[in-house]
Amino acid sequence: MLEQIVSRYNYWIYIILILIGFYGMMAKNNLLKKLIGMNIFQWALILYYVSIGAKKGGTVPILSEEAGSPFEHLKAIQCVNPLPHVLMLTAIVVGVATTGIALALLIIIYRRYGTLEEDEIIEELRR
Amino acid sequence: MISHQFPVLIVVTPLILSFFVNVVGWWDKRYCVPIVFVALSVSLFSAIGALEAVIKHGGPIHYHLGNWQPPWGIEYVIDYLNTPILVAIAFISILVLIFSQRSIEKELPESKIPQFYTLFLLNVTGLLGITVTGDAFNLYVLLEIASFSAYAIIGIGERGADFSAFRYVIFGTIGACAYLLGVGYLYIVTGSLNMADLHHLLPKLYYSRAVLVGMAFFLVGVGIKMGIFPFHTWMPDAYTYAPSTVSALLAPLFTKVGAYVMIRLLFTIFEPSFSIKLYPVAEILGWIAAAGIVFACVMALAQSDLKRMFCYLIVGEMGYILIGIASANRLGLTGAILHIINDMFMMACLFTVAGAIMYKTGDRNIYRFRYLHRKMPITLGVFVVGALSVVGVPPMCGFFSKWYLILGTIEAKKWILLGVLLASSLVNAILFFRVIENAYLEPRGEHAFAHDGGHPSISLDEVPWSMLIPMLMIAAGIILLGIFSGVIIKHIIQFAVPASF
Repeated sequence: MLEQIVSRYNYWIYIILILIGFYGMMAKNNLLKKLIGMNIFQWALILYYVSIGAKKGGTVPILSEEAGSPFEHLKAIQCVNPLPHVLMLTAIVVGVATTGIALALLIIIYRRYGTLEEDEIIEELRR
Repeated sequence: MISHQFPVLIVVTPLILSFFVNVVGWWDKRYCVPIVFVALSVSLFSAIGALEAVIKHGGPIHYHLGNWQPPWGIEYVIDYLNTPILVAIAFISILVLIFSQRSIEKELPESKIPQFYTLFLLNVTGLLGITVTGDAFNLYVLLEIASFSAYAIIGIGERGADFSAFRYVIFGTIGACAYLLGVGYLYIVTGSLNMADLHHLLPKLYYSRAVLVGMAFFLVGVGIKMGIFPFHTWMPDAYTYAPSTVSALLAPLFTKVGAYVMIRLLFTIFEPSFSIKLYPVAEILGWIAAAGIVFACVMALAQSDLKRMFCYLIVGEMGYILIGIASANRLGLTGAILHIINDMFMMACLFTVAGAIMYKTGDRNIYRFRYLHRKMPITLGVFVVGALSVVGVPPMCGFFSKWYLILGTIEAKKWILLGVLLASSLVNAILFFRVIENAYLEPRGEHAFAHDGGHPSISLDEVPWSMLIPMLMIAAGIILLGIFSGVIIKHIIQFAVPASF
């Protein structure tokens, strides 16, 4: 049991991070804290993707036929899988954009209601 | 040959022109609408061309972006399932664009207009892209394009829109992340992101637990985006407080595109043998749908705000589509696919009517609609067409898809689902006749006459033609879709249902 946990520690770390993020989003009353929770949630996913592409002792996947180049006789098994990492470049952009939109909305909310506490905003809206 | 480029033109034209809308909008705001119109017209033209090509070719057509061969490159696929949905998205978004001009003038400050149309076009780009793509990760990116523009465009609405948009950001991000996790799990076991490739690779791995977990994440992610019952909580607030044009754009299109993704997921990425026989996915979806429809009916009855009532109606309509999937036979799935297209038209009809009433009266409370039929007879006529279609009265399209759904549940012997379908139609009738009663029937008797001073002096005060024409076209679309539903099923939808049914 313990061995399984240790040998797959990357998955456990991502699960713990995702749960922290989820808790932040659901249980916190302050909208900015919810946003921080959302960010932890997204970055946990990115870590997960990056970890599945990594390999012990793997090198950069560059194909070269030039004689004398350090990548000359490189085999696929020696390289890390670059695809998940490339996918995560897109996901990072997506994450930044989400944060940007959410922060912009928070600025509007703060200007209109003068607070970022969820219960106070709901009370204000009911009025 | 330009016709080979149709699949990519559908997405790329609005994507590129959406940047021009913003730039040109700084210079002169009057050019925004024409540019968006041109972009969407090109999309509509390409979508119709794609539909024609698919019918002529008799099967799916693959388009490899940058000529990278799948599974390494991204590919766009057009087939019988997605081309009719593409045509419907492009058509409705053009009508909503024409409708939007006067409504936006009234509801938004003038300086926001270029940004509004940029977001409008980006949103439609995302929705078209989700529908046309054949790559699971590309779908995620386009889903996020559509979602971001939706968050921002909802946020510019009335008081309360900002807060509901923030809640939508939180829920939408959970949904998108769940989808991405699903993609990740399938990538770990197969090493592929291409939908057709996944379809070939997965059957050998159906007993792997990672595939099952991936499927579960997919369902949660897509479920949040399409707003099915337990995940719908973001939707009523967001669509109620958004500007009327925005709800007229998002409510018909976004949720239905989610339903399309659900069908793609269950029957293109996975095989029916996995999603129906091996695990009772369809069965579970059926129960969720039944609970959702009952919940939506009760909640809709409790609303006095017209738009909020329609929002709960969407939750119910999503349940109908799920019931079609849950019947797991040819009739039910035909009904589900037909209902996606029909529901786009019905919801576009209802939400544009809500926008038109907002434009003239500034009010959405159905108990203050008295004498509205004298003021806005054409708008209310369109409303009655949409209402009868949702209830399911024969010449309108809503009847035919519901008919197929009912036949599907009978064939699958799922009597509870059948009962829910029929009962919810009755509740829909109550819902709409409540509005019709308030708008059409006038108080009679001495009391009312004394109160109004003999005869109420309410004159004709209809919305401008630029709003009426799109509404009338949508209403005509509802009736035509109903009359020609046999043709559509015979030539398109029957081939969209997976062959194993």
